[in-house]
Amino acid sequence: MANITGLMGHKIGMTQVFQEDGKRVPVTVLEVGPCTVVQKKTAEKDGYNAIQLGFHPKPFKKTNNPMKGHFKRAGLQEGYRHLREVSVDDPDQFSLGDVLTLKDVDVKQLVDIVGISKGRGFAGTVKRHGFSRGPMAHGSKHHRAVGSAGMSAYPARVIKGKKMPGRLGGTRHTSKNCLVIDMRPEENLLLVKGGVPGAINQMVFVRFK
Amino acid sequence: MNIIRKLAFEEMRADLPEFRPGDTVRVHVKIRESAEKERIQVFEGVVISRKGSGLSETFTVRKISYGVGVERIFPVHSPRIERIELVEEGRHNRAKLYYLRGLRGKAVRHKVRRRTTR
Repeated sequence: MANITGLMGHKIGMTQVFQEDGKRVPVTVLEVGPCTVVQKKTAEKDGYNAIQLGFHPKPFKKTNNPMKGHFKRAGLQEGYRHLREVSVDDPDQFSLGDVLTLKDVDVKQLVDIVGISKGRGFAGTVKRHGFSRGPMAHGSKHHRAVGSAGMSAYPARVIKGKKMPGRLGGTRHTSKNCLVIDMRPEENLLLVKGGVPGAINQMVFVRFK
Repeated sequence: MNIIRKLAFEEMRADLPEFRPGDTVRVHVKIRESAEKERIQVFEGVVISRKGSGLSETFTVRKISYGVGVERIFPVHSPRIERIELVEEGRHNRAKLYYLRGLRGKAVRHKVRRRTTR
């Protein structure tokens, strides 16, 4: 099968793996695939070449009608919770309903992992921007507050882009060049070094290089 | 979670003897001297703590070397450990024997030695 540039997966959790020299490597375990081809996008019709993949099946009972129609058009018997397009050179190498797993992918040493980071809510500047905090004791009343927002009479305004408290997390992040430690295509498992964005059981997109 | 457990279980070693804080053990560690040369070094001493659980568990061995206290922390499931010999089972009055650091010589032996041998 032709090269696929990415597959969807779940973050399973973290553990550690021993290397030959006894060093312990922290790894994130990802369950990658199987993904089903739901739609083909062609240059003539859509202006670009891609296939739409579905991941994490759900029964039609839980699928709304417009999406049910979309899945039925591909001749599928069930719906999917996640859909994502992957660009390919020739969509006709794939047929609707094809199931893609890690076995179909030529996984190199490094992959990119795209995920939605954990939402931290409204966070202060210490957590959000790594500001230093003030002394917690010795009569200090300056603990985790923002501090100065800028200069005085000139410019007499807060400069644009000033780092301030606000929503943190819950946004799309990409961990680039994650080292692949182990791969088990039979179990759909991929082990990458270090952490990846997102919570456990959350969908992540693995981009192959 | 089960997948994590399974992966950890695969990495874990089942060939090591059971030992507890207070036991005297001989740890045979593989030492790499150059690319192809490898030898085994023995570290013998009293286990003063076991920390963590599962795959990430470690243990601390303390010995007195030329009058200087030396402690080494090993991951229990490290592939660098050739084998562990249980030299002597010790009295076990608490989980962490950090108080042995303050004792010298015979006092350590008195604390650690088992009154009744099996």
